Amino acid sequence: MKFVDEFRDPELARKLLDRIHRRSTRPTRLMEFCGGHTVAIFKHGIRQLLPPNIEMLSGPGCPVCVTASADLDRAIALSRLPEVIITSFGDMIRVPGSYSSLQKAKAEGGDIRVVYSAQDALHIARDNPDKSVIFIGIGFETTAPTIAATILQAEQEGINNYYVLSLHKVCPPIMKTILDLGEVRLNGIICPGHVSAIIGSYPYQFIPDNYNIACVVSGFEPLDILLCVDMLVNQIESEQYDVEIAYRRGVKPEGNQPALKLMDSVFEIGDADWRGIGVVPSSGLSLREKYRRFDAATNFDITPEPSREAKGCICGSILRGVSTPQDCQLFRTSCTPDHPVGPCMVSSEGSCATYYHYGDADGG
Amino acid sequence: MEDRVLLAHGSGGKLSHDLIEKSFLSALGNPILNKLEDSAVLEFSGRLAFTTDSYVVSPIFFPGGDIGKLAVCGTVNDLSMSGATPLYLSLSLIIEEGLLIADLEKIVNSIQQTAAEAGVKIVAGDTKVVNKGSADKLFINTSGVGVVPAGVDISAANARPGDKVIVNGTLGDHGIAVLSQREGLEFHIPVPSDCAPLNQLVAEMLEASTNIHCLRDPTRGGMATTLNEFARQSRVGIKLYEQNIPVNKSVAGACELLGFDPLYVANEGKVVAVIAPDDADKVLAKMKQNRYGHEAAIIGEVVKEHPERVVMKTRLGASRIVDVLVGELLPRIC
Amino acid sequence: MCLAIPALVKSIDGYHAEVDIEGVTRSISIQLTPEVRVGDYVLLHTGYAINVIDEYEAQETLKLLRELSEAR
Repeated sequence: MKFVDEFRDPELARKLLDRIHRRSTRPTRLMEFCGGHTVAIFKHGIRQLLPPNIEMLSGPGCPVCVTASADLDRAIALSRLPEVIITSFGDMIRVPGSYSSLQKAKAEGGDIRVVYSAQDALHIARDNPDKSVIFIGIGFETTAPTIAATILQAEQEGINNYYVLSLHKVCPPIMKTILDLGEVRLNGIICPGHVSAIIGSYPYQFIPDNYNIACVVSGFEPLDILLCVDMLVNQIESEQYDVEIAYRRGVKPEGNQPALKLMDSVFEIGDADWRGIGVVPSSGLSLREKYRRFDAATNFDITPEPSREAKGCICGSILRGVSTPQDCQLFRTSCTPDHPVGPCMVSSEGSCATYYHYGDADGG
Repeated sequence: MEDRVLLAHGSGGKLSHDLIEKSFLSALGNPILNKLEDSAVLEFSGRLAFTTDSYVVSPIFFPGGDIGKLAVCGTVNDLSMSGATPLYLSLSLIIEEGLLIADLEKIVNSIQQTAAEAGVKIVAGDTKVVNKGSADKLFINTSGVGVVPAGVDISAANARPGDKVIVNGTLGDHGIAVLSQREGLEFHIPVPSDCAPLNQLVAEMLEASTNIHCLRDPTRGGMATTLNEFARQSRVGIKLYEQNIPVNKSVAGACELLGFDPLYVANEGKVVAVIAPDDADKVLAKMKQNRYGHEAAIIGEVVKEHPERVVMKTRLGASRIVDVLVGELLPRIC
Repeated sequence: MCLAIPALVKSIDGYHAEVDIEGVTRSISIQLTPEVRVGDYVLLHTGYAINVIDEYEAQETLKLLRELSEAR
């Protein structure tokens, strides 16, 4: 695959690793803020190959993992309304809410359909004019513009049975929150790749400027990640902190302006509830007044039961980088991919699922 | 004759009889089936292999096959995986009221062609028709019997350290072909389902070596799940080499698109074999001569280390665990 | 939030484009990348092109990778 295979070259990877081994001398703690990076790092076994002085932590970059139980409970409650079709990305289907999951609600008779694209949800709305089609909007700035586009399309075409439950969140505020919490002392951040394709690299400037932490925007192939680590090591060893882009073929410093404008025209920033972290100011997206008629949060009457977190689940502290899955009593015992207790085990990018599936396989 | 299947077609009366004659016997007829007795009486000597499977695939027609072809291949292949020569199949259909007779006949023809290729006979059948909405167009169950030659002992528990792991071709073709037709996904892929009867291929492999320890067809759950089954039942470790695993580049592209790992995608024309190391090369050579084995490859080996686990050496030289599939493969955004 | 893959734009029709990923073809939306042209590669995320891939930068990155891997 073009733009993929070239960035998987094992020879170049080995040489780049040698370089990192030579040049990284001090204890270095890096956090990746994108679930896609968590998976890529494990899938290619990068953790094992880096020198022992480099520690890799996973941050709250999995939009599925950080969806609050209360929000998921609302989605499930909506599925129980008559004449409602719930559409969702596959990622959310198995995540446990306080009492149930979308998958269970489907088995109980809810009309819940997995879609590949928000556009598919719009098709379903067109095909079922007598039903209300609600799209569960998760994802960060990579995905939010696509949902915004469907809302504008619905408006243009006069589709009035399409709704979005916006659970979208944005990245820079959560990064700031994690840094302010001060629970983990970081030296560098692997900045999200495709979120940055939309927002660019300028929004991360506050990180090197105010926290003296290295910042590099990374792609997802092994060479992309290794290049990012090399650039972070460079900054850390020389103590010159800035925001750089390793993923130059996908990210421009100013981002994707048409996408940003579209997102801004439909959504406004507000506070959002992050699972395991709590309310983070100005970190969520909700529909602007102008588009309230598409807002599933205000157009349906539901009273979900009070939300609660599963006992013993430490997804929250795992998401903040404070604990690893191995620290959790439930990991591999009562919490497994077969019967997950928390979102980190369900989401394909969740730390727990990643550790469980890809593991630390020695004797390679 | 009606153009759609009606409830009355399943009630045992004249319409049922007409359907059986016109749509089934004309294509599938053979001396045993034509007797239309309540049961088929068959003669065997030796060990009998017996299997059953139900098929509910949607859509019922997909690039490279249909539910009928799938139903025959699935059962023929299950029998082959025990080292059996497949002989006879039963065929049960549960038809949703309203199915086009023309579609039913296409599927029955497909069953006939596949059965002919595999050299098996359909000797017992049943048809039921259910109300609209009670079945998704057509469900099929096939059961099959075959004879296992003396001395053949193939089991998922027989893998031993040193054995080689071989697959007959590219992974993920079937699952992706079916998905490409699913509403909402609709992408076009030039690679059809790999759905195929493998009994001839397996017979040739068994001729080439008496040291084939395990055989399985990696259907639902993909290669990863099957290899984990071998590892667990044999209490051994399996080491895979990422760069040796054959995947068609379009299938790889579709997997990237949906966020799937080809190791977990269903196959319907693949066999994975665990073979004693000394015989691996000659079995591989034999497989490559068969139309269903041109892209056969050694993808790994059985080891003493990490028992009951499958570990893959990545292109970069690192190792990662390959676990069983959990839940369903669903398109994801993350 | 990150699953996006390179796709080659084969034809454009208003806000839609036909793209090719190693022989897999699909119709996608280019609402977020109105400047895209036939022959460009885009990053495809959930049926939308989220950016046009900069081929020059891709080559420069590969060049940089080779240089770094040779450097002492």
